[in-house]
Amino acid sequence: MNAGEGVRAEAARLRAFFEAAGATPVETDILQPAATLLDLYGEDIRARAYVTHDPLRGELMLRPDFTVPVAQMHMAGGTEPARYTYAGKVFRAQERETGRPSEYFQVGYEVFDRDDPAAADAGVFALFSEALSPLGVRAATGDLGILMDAVRGLRTTEERKAALMRHIWRPRRFRALLDRFSGRVPLPPARRQILEKLAGRGADGMIAEMAPVPGLRGAAEIAERLETLRTDAAAPPIGREEAGVLDRILDLRATAPEALARLRELAAEAPQIGPAVARMAARLEAMAARGIEVSGLEFSGSHGRTTLEYYDGFVFGFAAPARPDLPPVATGGRYDALTRVLGRGRAVPAVGGVIRPHLAVVLGRGGE
Amino acid sequence: MALKLGVPSKGRLMEATFGWFGARGVTLRRTGSAREYAGAAEGVDGLELVLLSAGEIPRELAAGRVHLGVTGTDLIRETLAAWETRVEALAPMGFGRADLVIAVPRAWVDVETLDDLDAVAAQFRRTHGFRLRIATKYHRLAREFLRAHGVADYQLVDSRGATEGAVKNGTAEAVADITSTGETLRANHLKVLVDGLVHRSEATLLKSRRAEWGDAENAALKALLCRLGVTSE
Repeated sequence: MNAGEGVRAEAARLRAFFEAAGATPVETDILQPAATLLDLYGEDIRARAYVTHDPLRGELMLRPDFTVPVAQMHMAGGTEPARYTYAGKVFRAQERETGRPSEYFQVGYEVFDRDDPAAADAGVFALFSEALSPLGVRAATGDLGILMDAVRGLRTTEERKAALMRHIWRPRRFRALLDRFSGRVPLPPARRQILEKLAGRGADGMIAEMAPVPGLRGAAEIAERLETLRTDAAAPPIGREEAGVLDRILDLRATAPEALARLRELAAEAPQIGPAVARMAARLEAMAARGIEVSGLEFSGSHGRTTLEYYDGFVFGFAAPARPDLPPVATGGRYDALTRVLGRGRAVPAVGGVIRPHLAVVLGRGGE
Repeated sequence: MALKLGVPSKGRLMEATFGWFGARGVTLRRTGSAREYAGAAEGVDGLELVLLSAGEIPRELAAGRVHLGVTGTDLIRETLAAWETRVEALAPMGFGRADLVIAVPRAWVDVETLDDLDAVAAQFRRTHGFRLRIATKYHRLAREFLRAHGVADYQLVDSRGATEGAVKNGTAEAVADITSTGETLRANHLKVLVDGLVHRSEATLLKSRRAEWGDAENAALKALLCRLGVTSE
């Protein structure tokens, strides 16, 4: 059993640790409305969560994480600043035989604080670092805010920027879009044909030729997108240097101070990342002030891009270098955008993370 | 113990399976009345025929209740998570061919590729306030394919039969469905995306990795495969 006494005790110990640091313990329901999670994560969450049905409440999911319900609870009327901790089971269906458990404990710590994001980031990281220090783990960090600001500041059409932003968390699609928008790959033949027909017959002619138009997506929407395609084809490609800035952010892997120096150089070429780079500098200072050894801290420009998509700033993970077969024992980050979605426009700066106590127990035993 | 071979219990799939084995010197036939679903195998000692509904065969193989089975690779991949760890494909049989494809209304003249579908999904969500619906009964295959190709902002809606009609009936905007000739799709004003082939399925002889494989079963399997001219890993 993964919920052995040792794991339970470790979960209780970690929660007590966060409580001692000033967090309020909270609980959430195990059965969560599926609609919220589906709306956030899309169809992919169905493969990862246990979906069940309630005769009155409709589709429900066994809690796949705590962050969403805790953030919802806070948005519904928590006072600020707020710090919460929780310990309980989450449920994740495994599509592959990875040997990973499908139900396991998570202990988390979440901070909702408008005042000083750099200090809040540093505070969360320092606490996790302290809680995990006996386990011989190494931290990896990143900052999705830098990549996002680099995209927002591109000198190109709003549609292209929106498409890239939408796929920040899908590295393959992001790369394919960037290659096309910057003219590094030719227009696909299928797209060229659409544009040729559009030039010849016009949107209405093209649609009429293939009538009827069944279903909800009507002729107006089709014509609207054809116009988007035409504008896109007419727009100049994203410049080589600008696309290169994105590449260099994505490929950046260095110690935090070295990464900061290189990002500052990049900010000279791409001033839009200036504020995000300044936030990173402030965070590193706040971390150093809390006694974190930042000189050896790993930083990667693409860290956090493949997790469930809600981090949009500082991201971190702790893993055991001696056990590359195990997932990280802890992960976390900043998720201001998630609170904006859950709060229907009313956002609260938020940062937090989770520890998987069953992995902490394995590593604590010397990795057996 | 006998070497149990699970075969579809009726229809074209059963007849084609009987034909395929028969051409290789193994006679499979139904016994008793037409409603009895009993069968017999001749030509290899220790081989026992089990007639099952085609949809049950993946599960029976995964549970190890039959040693061998004949079914479409689409059903295997759809029904069994991590299918490679549970069954081994021994031989494609050359019939029951069908493609699982992503299809959209022909009138969507702005959509030819998955890349277009993804962009339209974003537009659709913005316009209608919910995710573009794709009707299918192949949830796992469709979802894995769309995820691998970075398509977002869609939802799968369950459709059991007459999936091609879902768009016309207003219950979906697109479909992930099986087609062999594309005829039904065309009749329903749908077209297949140029890169929308999810899986190419055909009837396949499969071996269960979970069944009890004793000396008797292994000997019978060896004799059977030798007769069929099939090599196992």
